[in-house]
Amino acid sequence: MVVRVFCLALLLISSVVRADLVIEITQGKQSAMPIAVVPFAWQGEGRLPEDVSAIITSDLEHSGYFRTLPAVGMISQPHTLEQVNYADWSALQQDYVVIGRIWPNGAEYMAEFQVLDVHSRIELLRHQVRGQPGQLRDMAHYISDFIFERLTGVPGVFSTKLVYVTTNRERTRFNLNYADADGAREQVIYSSKHPIISPAWSPDGQTVAYVSFENGRSEIYFQHLSSGRREKVAAFKGSNSAPAFSPDGKKLAFVRSQLGNPDVYVLDLESRNLTRLTRHYSIDTEPQWMPNGRDILFTSSRAGGPQIYKIDTVDKEVERVTFEGNYNARARITADGRKMVYVHQSNGRFHIAAQDVESGLVHILTSETELDESPSVAPNGSMVVYAASEADRSILAAVSVDGEVKFRLPSKFGDVREPAWSPIFK
Amino acid sequence: MQKTALYKALGLTLGALLISACSSTGEVSEGSGSSDPVATESQTDGTTAVDNNTVSGKDMEAEAEAAALREQTVFYFDFDQSTLKADGKPSLMAHAAYLKNNPATRVVLEGHADERGTVEYNLALGERRAMTVRRFLMANGAAANQLEVVSFGEERPAVMGSNEASYAKNRRVEVKYQR
Repeated sequence: MVVRVFCLALLLISSVVRADLVIEITQGKQSAMPIAVVPFAWQGEGRLPEDVSAIITSDLEHSGYFRTLPAVGMISQPHTLEQVNYADWSALQQDYVVIGRIWPNGAEYMAEFQVLDVHSRIELLRHQVRGQPGQLRDMAHYISDFIFERLTGVPGVFSTKLVYVTTNRERTRFNLNYADADGAREQVIYSSKHPIISPAWSPDGQTVAYVSFENGRSEIYFQHLSSGRREKVAAFKGSNSAPAFSPDGKKLAFVRSQLGNPDVYVLDLESRNLTRLTRHYSIDTEPQWMPNGRDILFTSSRAGGPQIYKIDTVDKEVERVTFEGNYNARARITADGRKMVYVHQSNGRFHIAAQDVESGLVHILTSETELDESPSVAPNGSMVVYAASEADRSILAAVSVDGEVKFRLPSKFGDVREPAWSPIFK
Repeated sequence: MQKTALYKALGLTLGALLISACSSTGEVSEGSGSSDPVATESQTDGTTAVDNNTVSGKDMEAEAEAAALREQTVFYFDFDQSTLKADGKPSLMAHAAYLKNNPATRVVLEGHADERGTVEYNLALGERRAMTVRRFLMANGAAANQLEVVSFGEERPAVMGSNEASYAKNRRVEVKYQR
């Protein structure tokens, strides 16, 4: 009970105080586990350019799965197992404590960390990580992923990336951005005077496909991230849009429209053979592969308003999958294929909904934000990042697939749109 | 003034007829002339030729009115709809007539959507709207090779702001003459 009350108080504080943080948590899990990440000891000269333990704390807190203890509230700050006094952490009602040390190893950094179970008073794990100069943040995210997976059973996504589009208010500049999943280290990877929409990751995380209007109409480009090389992939007569890689990365589903009739096509990336998948006079768009690599979800107006359908790419069988409300569009699917996430309109408002694939049960996940669109699911199926409107501006926000965790990624300037969450990098 | 009203009414009716005709393959039959030809013989003896050339005139009033109608280059649509509203039709007929009389002229029909709903669906919707305008212009005399369709979806709003007044201005097709 005490824990619950404290939780609620924290929630209230975080929703009132809107500091200039990159991420603002608006709602956390009720079952969040208390964890204390003790500031790591730095055993080298001078100061470290990044605060590794602070990044780990931030990662775990923003996942919604953990409630972190601020360093100022700690009774002691041990760096080694011998220095740990479990009673200190029991008194602070912590379940887990993370301690660690970082030291220089030639030109590199080494970090070692331990996770301690306060109730059983045992060391749960001890692990080392090595990084190049400039990779301290990556090391921190690696540690967060490691801890997250061990304590929740779900792979962490702190080392993943986002790509998204930013525009100025006048819509005369469109940037494609690449950033850490927490919004840090944002980089513009392509900039244009013309609209950029629908970025999509290849399953190996090496390539981003997107739609560019640089030639006066919509065409699909690939951009290879490590080299920056761009490749025009689909510029067929008419409009080309909504690229989606197959799970094996060998095919690209996209929408081609000739004379106002958008249909879903599949391009074999090796042979460059083009196959038309849907053939209907209504709008067919927003294809998304199911994890089985055979079925494709898409949006169609064949019943009047937009609804989501599934087509079997082999026998071309089409099945409608959404039935609640008169506007359901842009489906995304969790990697395990169990939850479908899409844009749903109810009472004139656009929100993000999750639908259980097996039971068909629909759960509207968002309510605080307006004009929610462009949902993209984290590769571990835990969170959905999406674009929303706030005070006439477009921002990114995120919600867990169960609706329990919510946070916003407020923009520094302009409008932020069309987020796409990367796969987990191997 | 009455003439203007009549002109408009005629235009509207004609346009409506053409639109309703375009879905089927109706053909307008020419009125047949006099059915009984009269035999004549040609002779010019004892006659004097006169200069009966007439000057050709332009109906300046109709011309000015057509030009005024063509000043409207933006046409609006309802939410999630791509059907043309009645108030835009007289102007589109004037554009169609102009294109018919100027076969070298090209226009780009730019379709747009408001920010509500998804980006890709709105891209398709913008294209549908531009296609509606294209069909209307073709039904009224413009040729296919004069008309290029492009959709920008919700990417290029005419007006910023998340309210119905702004949305209404953003759900549009812009007729852009190419120079």
